[in-house]
Amino acid sequence: MNGLLVLPLAIPLITATLGLLFRKSSQLQRWIGVLGAVALLATAILLFRDVHKDGIQVLQLGNWAAPFGITLVADMLAMLMIGISAIMGLMIAVYSLYDIDKERERFGYYPLLHILIMGVNGSFLTGDIFNLYVWFEVMLIASFILLALGNSKNQLQGALKYVFINLFSSLVFLFGVALLYGMTGTLNMADLAVRLPEVENSGLVTTTAMIFMVAFGIKAAVFPLFFWLPASYHTPPVAISAIFGGLLTKVGVYALIRVFTLLFTGESADNDYLHTILLWVGGFTMVIGVLGAASHMEFRKILSFHIVSQIGYMIMGLAFNTAMGIMGAIFYVLHNILAKSNLFLISGIAQRLLGTFELKKMGGLYKHYPFLAVLFLISAFALAGFPPLSGFWAKLSLVKAGLSIEQYVITGVAILVGLLTLFSMTKIWLTAFWGPVPEKTPDHFGKMPLFGAGKLYILVIPVMVIAGLIILVGLNAQPLLELCMTAAEQLLDPSVYIEAVLGPQ
Amino acid sequence: MDTILPIIAGAIFATGIYLLLRRSLILTIIGIILISNSVNLALFSLGRLTTENPPLIKAGSLEPLTPFANPLPQALILTAIVIGFGLLAFALALAYRSYRELGTVDQDELLQDAEDTSATIVPKEDYKEGGDS
Repeated sequence: MNGLLVLPLAIPLITATLGLLFRKSSQLQRWIGVLGAVALLATAILLFRDVHKDGIQVLQLGNWAAPFGITLVADMLAMLMIGISAIMGLMIAVYSLYDIDKERERFGYYPLLHILIMGVNGSFLTGDIFNLYVWFEVMLIASFILLALGNSKNQLQGALKYVFINLFSSLVFLFGVALLYGMTGTLNMADLAVRLPEVENSGLVTTTAMIFMVAFGIKAAVFPLFFWLPASYHTPPVAISAIFGGLLTKVGVYALIRVFTLLFTGESADNDYLHTILLWVGGFTMVIGVLGAASHMEFRKILSFHIVSQIGYMIMGLAFNTAMGIMGAIFYVLHNILAKSNLFLISGIAQRLLGTFELKKMGGLYKHYPFLAVLFLISAFALAGFPPLSGFWAKLSLVKAGLSIEQYVITGVAILVGLLTLFSMTKIWLTAFWGPVPEKTPDHFGKMPLFGAGKLYILVIPVMVIAGLIILVGLNAQPLLELCMTAAEQLLDPSVYIEAVLGPQ
Repeated sequence: MDTILPIIAGAIFATGIYLLLRRSLILTIIGIILISNSVNLALFSLGRLTTENPPLIKAGSLEPLTPFANPLPQALILTAIVIGFGLLAFALALAYRSYRELGTVDQDELLQDAEDTSATIVPKEDYKEGGDS
């Protein structure tokens, strides 16, 4: 029992409540928003130390013994995800100080942001499948409002698609939960892991696994189910795009990793069948996503399609179902949250300077803002997988995992997609950064410094910090790789998780 | 009962899917409502229907009269209904707002020229002075 486990949920809730209490004062809201994010990061570090030292931490809420009450479980995977979401939460909160207008602040932007983070943290921590559904809904309702806040035509169009597809996926998820409950009579994930192999009708378990694959696949935006993402993620303000693009789809990936390592293992379902489908889905997601990115000429749309493409790598790592593959997938998730969010944040700065996201109307950023160009290069090269940046190690471990189980075709596809990623990043570089200064630019272009008058540094500092983290992870990858390996080993041996939750068997 | 209910749930689900695919936004919302209800019904019938005693403990006694009905699916459905209600209210408000803003509930027209994103965000007015907002 570790009482700290409740804090990643309580701190955002308290922050959001305080923010709503002082709704009238935008100054106070900002302070509360940023301080809440700092407190969350501090708790995440404390919890992380516990998990690193003593293994999986468990909290039975209300002191109800395991299969009957709701359990919070922090294993290494959950902690890594909470850590990265706390870092991103803080960076986005700082970035929002400049990026979010007074109107949105007045309608509760900061409280919503923290409710979103609470939903994300809850999804990572919970050990109960129905509770996971509830946290997904918390996260969804906050994201719905964040996406629609502002009511511009584009946002409404994006929000309509996003809302309906996500409502549908939640219902599919709930139906899957109903089937699991009908088969086993329990909802606790550790208890489910014990009882699912005992179910006689293993065909039904495989079917349920497919239902979960569809439900989480929609959230994670995998191949046949991703169309809502590029249609909606580019519409809200950049800070919101960045946290959606960085975190939300990864929660779907996290849920996939969790259920396909804990519940639907080789003992309970037809594993070969499921993992073959996952492998195909991963491959198609990579290729289709990157082709979509190559065909677009709008900064944020390119990035949105890249989200889809990168999800494919993570699904591929999960489909390999080896310690190396899952380790690669986890590392990829962490690296991708950093690199992807950072590119979104940079697109926001570029738009502030040039007044548009259309690449054809952009140019001259390298000439006037070389430092911004360097920050872009770091994130873009990390995304494409250049050594010595974080993406290189992520791709390297996935490729190694693929070669070691002789999946040559999909590994080849993964390497090819990396090249195409580089191609579409070069497209942004050649136009927005290296291109000639466009004829019509806003008056302040070239005159407003990144640091100094104009306070652009509020936007630049979070980007610098994240770029620093990317370089740090790249140059010193070993500690993080080891942590990911611990997480993967914990996932592949569910008995540790089960024993931590239910007690010695 | 326990054969009829799943069939009804399936029929409602199918109706919901049909409505979900229609072009009118309102029909789409009704489709989501139907699917939501059919999933609740499925949850209900998968929790094993019984016509036994209610799961209540009489005064003076320490346990309910056996055999008693399983209360957990009902608690789950109640949670799902509440969540579904909240999300539905939001979806309706969003649909109404879109109708007001864009003047139609036909999805083909609603989602037209979604390509133009350049005008989404106007740069701030207090750019040059570097005001604090």
